[in-house]
Amino acid sequence: MSRTITIEPVTRIEGHARITLQLDDAGKVSDARFHLTQFRGFEKFCEGRPYREMPALTARTCGICPVSHLLASNKACDDLLSVGIPATAERLRRVMNLAQLVQSHALSFFHLSSPDLLLGWDSDPASRNIFGVMQGHPQLARDGIRLRQIGQQIIEMLGGKKIHPTWVVPGGVNEPLTAEKRDAMLALLPEGLEIAKESYAFFKTLVPKFHQEARHFGDLQTLFLSLITPEGDLEHYDGLIRITDAHGHILEDMVPPSEYQRLIGEAVEDFSYMKFPYYKPLGYPRGIYRVGPLARLNNAESCGTPYADVALAEFRTLQESGPISSSFHYHYARLVEIIFALEMMKRLLKDPQILDHRVRARARSNQNEGIGVAEAPRGTLIHHYRIDDEGLLTWMNLIIATGHNNLAMNASIRQVAEAYVDGANVQEGMLNRVEAVIRCYDPCLSCASHAFGQMPLQVDVADPTGRILATVRRG
Amino acid sequence: MPIPAPPTNVRVVTFQIDGRDYSAREDETIIEVARENGIPIPSLCYLEGLSTWGACRLCLVELAGSPRLVAACATQVAEGLQIYTDTPRLQRYRRTILELLFAERNHVCSVCVSNGHCELQALAQRYGLDHVRVPYRHVAYEVDASHEMFRVDHNRCILCTRCVRVCDEVEGAHTWDVMGRGSDCRVITDMNRPWGASDTCTSCGKCVQVCPTGALVKQGTSVGEMTKDLHFLPYITRRRHNR
Repeated sequence: MSRTITIEPVTRIEGHARITLQLDDAGKVSDARFHLTQFRGFEKFCEGRPYREMPALTARTCGICPVSHLLASNKACDDLLSVGIPATAERLRRVMNLAQLVQSHALSFFHLSSPDLLLGWDSDPASRNIFGVMQGHPQLARDGIRLRQIGQQIIEMLGGKKIHPTWVVPGGVNEPLTAEKRDAMLALLPEGLEIAKESYAFFKTLVPKFHQEARHFGDLQTLFLSLITPEGDLEHYDGLIRITDAHGHILEDMVPPSEYQRLIGEAVEDFSYMKFPYYKPLGYPRGIYRVGPLARLNNAESCGTPYADVALAEFRTLQESGPISSSFHYHYARLVEIIFALEMMKRLLKDPQILDHRVRARARSNQNEGIGVAEAPRGTLIHHYRIDDEGLLTWMNLIIATGHNNLAMNASIRQVAEAYVDGANVQEGMLNRVEAVIRCYDPCLSCASHAFGQMPLQVDVADPTGRILATVRRG
Repeated sequence: MPIPAPPTNVRVVTFQIDGRDYSAREDETIIEVARENGIPIPSLCYLEGLSTWGACRLCLVELAGSPRLVAACATQVAEGLQIYTDTPRLQRYRRTILELLFAERNHVCSVCVSNGHCELQALAQRYGLDHVRVPYRHVAYEVDASHEMFRVDHNRCILCTRCVRVCDEVEGAHTWDVMGRGSDCRVITDMNRPWGASDTCTSCGKCVQVCPTGALVKQGTSVGEMTKDLHFLPYITRRRHNR
C-alpha cells in the first residue's frame, strides 16, 4: 500500500515550505515534491507605482538579502535612465553586495546548516540548532555570529542601516564614502578573513566524513548558470551570463543579461507558488539548471583573489573531473565565496578612488524597459521592468535566485528520499536529511514566492491513492 | 481666500494654557499663541501664512467648563479661557485620527520618497502609533506623474488642502481644487485634467513644499530623499503684509 509523508514546516530555511514524499506499494519513494505555499504578488502590486520606488519596494521581498534586490532593482532603473553610473558608485555597490554575501552565507552555513554538520542528522531535534552548536562548539558558533555581524556592519556603514538601506539609488548611490567609514570597514576585514579561513580549514576536515551525503544530497547532472566577468572569472555584481553543462562544456557564454529571456523560460506547476525556470533550448523540464555558489564556482575560471583561488583549486578536487555535481558542496562553495568576498572588499576599499565624490548620475527615464541582473548570495537575480512615458510601472518580472534552483531542489529531495527514507519505518532523522538537502541550496522562499502569509514546513507520506499515511510537522 | 490685514485697535486678553498665564491679541487663534510660545499643538492642515481650514482636527483642544472640543486653529483666544492642549482624552482622539488617516489610504512609509521627512509620520511616531486598530481600506488610488517636475500620489494624500490654499492665496494660480465626496474626495488640477496638461500651473512648486506627506513630491527623488522647505511661506506673507 502506498502512502505520502509530509514534512511541514521545513526548518532552518528562509521562508516556509512543505515537502511531500509519495511512497509506492513497497514503501519506496516514488515521487517527491517541494511545495511553496505562500503567495505574495509583488509583480502585480508594483504596477502603477513610480519606478524610483522599485528598489525599496522590491527589497521588501526579503529581510535576509534585501541588498540583492536593491542592487538588481537599481540596475534595472539605471537601464531605464540609460546612464552609465560613476565608477566609484559601482565599486561602492560592489562592496555592499559582497558584505551581503558574507552575512548571508554566514547565516546559511553557521546558523542554519552547521547544526546538521556538527551535531549529526539524527541528533535530538530539540538541540539541533544554533544553540546546540553553541554548547558543543562555542568558538565556531561565536565565529559564525561574528562573521555575519561583520557583513551586516559593513552594510550599515555604507547604507545607514543593516536591513533595507536606501543608499543605493538609480544612477549610483546617494552619498559618497568618507575616509572614516572606509577605515572602519577595513579594520573589520582582517578578523573576518581570519574567521573565514579557520572555518574553511575546519570544514575541509569534515568533508570526507560526508561522503555518503555528497553522493545522495542532490548529486545531479544539471546545467549551471551564473554571471562571470568578461575574463571568465567569479562575478557577483555585473558581468555576463555563462551556462555550462554537467560535463563542464560551455553552452552559452558572454551573453548580456538583457538577453535572459532567450535563455530562460518559466514554467508553473499547480503544487507550488514558486516558478520553475528552465533553460529554453532544452525545454521543460529537461532544461534543469542550478545557480548560486556551486554554479558560480563551477562556471568561473578563477576567483581573482589569492586565498580564494587556493580554496577554489581545492574545491575542484572534491570530484575527480568535471564540475562539482553534488549540491551538498554548496556549503563548501559558500565558504570559498566568503573568503573571496572579504579579500575583494579589502581590494576595493584600498583603492583611493573609492572616496571619490562623484557617485551619482542624474537623469530621468529615457527608455521604457529596463533589466537588472546581479548575483544574490543564492544565485542570479533578475529584475525586469516596463514603464510608461511618465515613469509608472506597467509590467514587472522577477526571477529570484531560489526559483532557478526549483527543479534541482525537487530532484534533490527525491534523490535523498530514495536513499534514506524507509516507508516502513519513518524516522525523524531520515526526514531531517530531506530537509537538509533543501538547506544546501539555502533557499529564500519568501523571495521566491512573491507571497504573503504563513507557510510552515511539513512532510506528507501518501499512498498511491493519495491517502496521507504519515505527516511530520514542525513549527 | 486672501489673508486679511490685521485690524488696528484690538484688545489684549489674558487666559491660561495648560495652567500657565498668557496674554495675546484677541484676534489671535489658540494655535497661533501656542506656537508663538513653544506649546506643541499638532496639526496637519494648519500652516502659518495660509487661511484656516480646520480639516484635520488634530489641533483639537479642551476648554475648561465646556464638554465640546474646539479646533485650536479656528478658535480665537478670549479673556479668562482655560485651555488644555495635551490631556489623555486629546491624546486618545489624536491617535485615533491618525489611525484613520493611515487606514484610509496607502501610507507605506518604508517605500515612500518622504520617509523620514513626513509630518504625518512624525506625528504617528509622537503619538506612539505602532499599529492601527481599524481595518485598512487598501483601495488603490492613482499616481499622476504627467508633470515634468512634480508628481501627485493620491495614495499618500490626507486632503489637508494646503496645496489648494497655497496655490490660490500665495501663488495666485488656483490650479488645485477638491473634487468628490467621502472616500472619493481628492485634490485635482485644472478641472480634473492631468497635472502635466494644466494651463494654470506655473510649476512654482509651492504646493509640493507645503504638502505634509509624500503626496506631492519632486520627480527624480528616491525613497527618503524628498525633503520639504516651508520657510518661504511666512517670509512671503510677511513681506506682502508689510507693503
